[in-house]
Amino acid sequence: MRWRFILPMAAFVIVAIALGIGLTLEPREIPSALIGKPVPVFELPPVEGRTSGLSTADLKQGRPVLVNVFASWCGPCRQEHPLFIEIARTTDIPIFGLNQRDEPADAARWLATFGDPYDRTGADLTGRVSIDWGVYGVPETFVVDGQGCIQYKHISVMTREVFDEEILPRLRGEKHVPCEG
Amino acid sequence: MIAELGHFATILALAIAAVQGTLPLVGAQRNLPALSAIARPAAIVQFVLIAIAFLALTHAFVTSDFSVLNVWQNSHTDKPLLYKISGVWGNHEGSLLLWVLILAAFGLGVAVLGRNLPPNLRTRVIAIQGLVGVGFLLLLVFLSNPFERIDPAPAQGNGLNPLLQDPGLAFHPPFLYLGYVGFSIAFSFAVAALIEGKVDAAWARWVRPWTLAAWTALTVGIVMGSWWAYYELGWGGWWFWDPVENASFMPWLLGTALLHSAIVVEKRDALRTWTVLLAILTFSFSLLGTFIVRSGVLNSVHAFATDPARGVYILLFLVVAIGGSLSLYAWRAPTLKGGGLFAPISREGSLVLNNLLLVAATATVFIGTMYPLFLDAVTGEKVTVGPPFFNATFAPLMVPLLAVMAIGPMMPWKRADLAGTLGRLKAAAVVTAIVALVTLYLSGFDQIMAVLGMAIAAWLIMGALVDVGERIMLFRIRWADSLRRARHLPRSAWGAAIAHAGMGVAILGMTGSLSWETEQLQIMRPGERVDVAGYTFEFDGVEPVRGPNYDAVRGTFRVYRDGDLIDLMRPETRRFANPPMVTTEAAIRPHSFGDLYAVVGESNGDGGFATRLYHKPLINWLWIGSLMMALGGIVSLTDRRLRVGAPSRRKAAAATMTQTSGQTA
Repeated sequence: MRWRFILPMAAFVIVAIALGIGLTLEPREIPSALIGKPVPVFELPPVEGRTSGLSTADLKQGRPVLVNVFASWCGPCRQEHPLFIEIARTTDIPIFGLNQRDEPADAARWLATFGDPYDRTGADLTGRVSIDWGVYGVPETFVVDGQGCIQYKHISVMTREVFDEEILPRLRGEKHVPCEG
Repeated sequence: MIAELGHFATILALAIAAVQGTLPLVGAQRNLPALSAIARPAAIVQFVLIAIAFLALTHAFVTSDFSVLNVWQNSHTDKPLLYKISGVWGNHEGSLLLWVLILAAFGLGVAVLGRNLPPNLRTRVIAIQGLVGVGFLLLLVFLSNPFERIDPAPAQGNGLNPLLQDPGLAFHPPFLYLGYVGFSIAFSFAVAALIEGKVDAAWARWVRPWTLAAWTALTVGIVMGSWWAYYELGWGGWWFWDPVENASFMPWLLGTALLHSAIVVEKRDALRTWTVLLAILTFSFSLLGTFIVRSGVLNSVHAFATDPARGVYILLFLVVAIGGSLSLYAWRAPTLKGGGLFAPISREGSLVLNNLLLVAATATVFIGTMYPLFLDAVTGEKVTVGPPFFNATFAPLMVPLLAVMAIGPMMPWKRADLAGTLGRLKAAAVVTAIVALVTLYLSGFDQIMAVLGMAIAAWLIMGALVDVGERIMLFRIRWADSLRRARHLPRSAWGAAIAHAGMGVAILGMTGSLSWETEQLQIMRPGERVDVAGYTFEFDGVEPVRGPNYDAVRGTFRVYRDGDLIDLMRPETRRFANPPMVTTEAAIRPHSFGDLYAVVGESNGDGGFATRLYHKPLINWLWIGSLMMALGGIVSLTDRRLRVGAPSRRKAAAATMTQTSGQTA
């Protein structure tokens, strides 16, 4: 038995182990290590053509906010977008958009097309800030309390159900997680 | 009652599959004809049982029997008949049943059409097919029963995801599964060959048509999905590197490699262990794709509702099926003797290069798809990988692959003269250079990718033409003689030329749509005009439209070219009630070498509507080229030597007779 014939099997063992661990991770419910932590320190310019950028200070204005990570190349983002438009239209909840690794022109065009629900946007061209936020996959949505402390994170498409059952109560200050550090 | 019949049929099918997967293997090993003989009838009965189950579920959907949980969750009485039927496989349980049905159909195919196979090989192939069936039937019966009842039965169902209510997508899964599951035959042949310790030219000749058929179906399935994304998502993109898309693309890449390496085994008796490994891997990636879609380890728009128990089960199944076959490979492959030798510059050499690049491309897609998961599993660190990664890594692998694609078929087996081969491609090279220069002149240096894309397209199309031209000695002998040669050219040569040219045509479409697309996004009021790439769109306003199970807003655009009205385009935005969802139906008009594409979106509440207007040059060729590839597969399938039992039937039948009489004696 020569080693090169065992190689495929060895590679598969590694893949299988990773898949096994992956199953236990259950990405939709990854308890973000950042929950109950202050938001990372960052400062981003706005998406092309807009005036209000996004920085740590904007998340400490005393009002709970939503931070939605989006990108023009992300298919599922289109699916959840109408919900944010509706939230922006019918409520006064501040929604901030973190635009991840996008071409500036694409992002601007995307917002022009599908509507812009964001009070502020941050263009994270390199993806560096998203990594600090522990972003796993786009789209993701965070709830941050008025003191800049991350309260909740939802991975993948935002739905009305999740919004009503998980997001709204936290925006009202229920289930508050005190900030460590 | 009918649903119970279906449920009962799946349970019986599981029992039959268990028998089919075990006893014949013992029979073949111990030379017990009584046990081997079980294989064929078992495969036939298994197919009949699963067909009954499938019909039972279809019946429940068509008659809107909401006492069946699955129907209640996924159907609605208002749904058009087509989508009631496609609803059968528009959900996890039903699609699994479809999967098993196709698996059983392929088993049936070998049982019925495989008369010219050596009996032991056929027995083993059917048995392995049965074992794969056991894996999926266990999941179906114990964790995903499509026939579960609810009591009392609700009066109305929940409806099917409106995005899936589309003729293109209705038949996307069946084709995709024909491809995925079709590779199971190559897998079964590979495992059977490892058990027997024998891989030869005849083996490759049997594997190839099945692989070719599966590959063709998968090609059609992927094109349908991509076409659906193009017009239904209303964004005009046709590939998003979504995990689910990648899950179908990886088996396609490996299946393509397998098709080519099987030729080498057949013609030159070389690359045997490699081809066996590819056959195992191709199906393994199909299984992996299923796992990715069904377990929810990766997020995607397409993923069905997920259930942790199913994820754990599918992973166990993967470990048994892939782990088992790769262990068998590690154990038995070293005993398979290598065949013919060849120089690096030869037809074989070019096919090896093809294989290496395709496997590397698969690995790239695999890493891009799984990397976020792997990194998280190992370090807990979280990253994201989007199209930027794939564009940067996948394209560089494709360029050499496509460059060699035109040269390979022109090379002789065993040892080739590179200069001579390239010399015969002079005409292709000249045309390629002209196309590249013209593109460069027209679009400038900042569109260097467009120049490269057009050059590759020209190179592939011309390469295929020159290949056929050389074979029929066009312009070198009389026309009539060339025509006669063309008629007698093997269908597989025609198939290869069509498929290779199709790839070139598809690249023409990709390049055109990526490089020269024009788009205009704006709010338009009725009467307003917008110019897009020489076409003038006049917005006529919108009107409400009622569909069978949705309300729509339909916009009308008058399209003018040089002042003449040439077309009316009517995109819609559809609002479904069950489940509540909005979909866009883009209006698409193919026009002289491109598509006009119009979408009407939200009203701004002030008489204006968000509109998106595109001119997508050459995009039609993407679909035409992809379908040419599938056509190449079909033409190749009709080749004499692959046609079931054609030339070798009498010989094989004689061999079968002597062997069986030898066994019974």
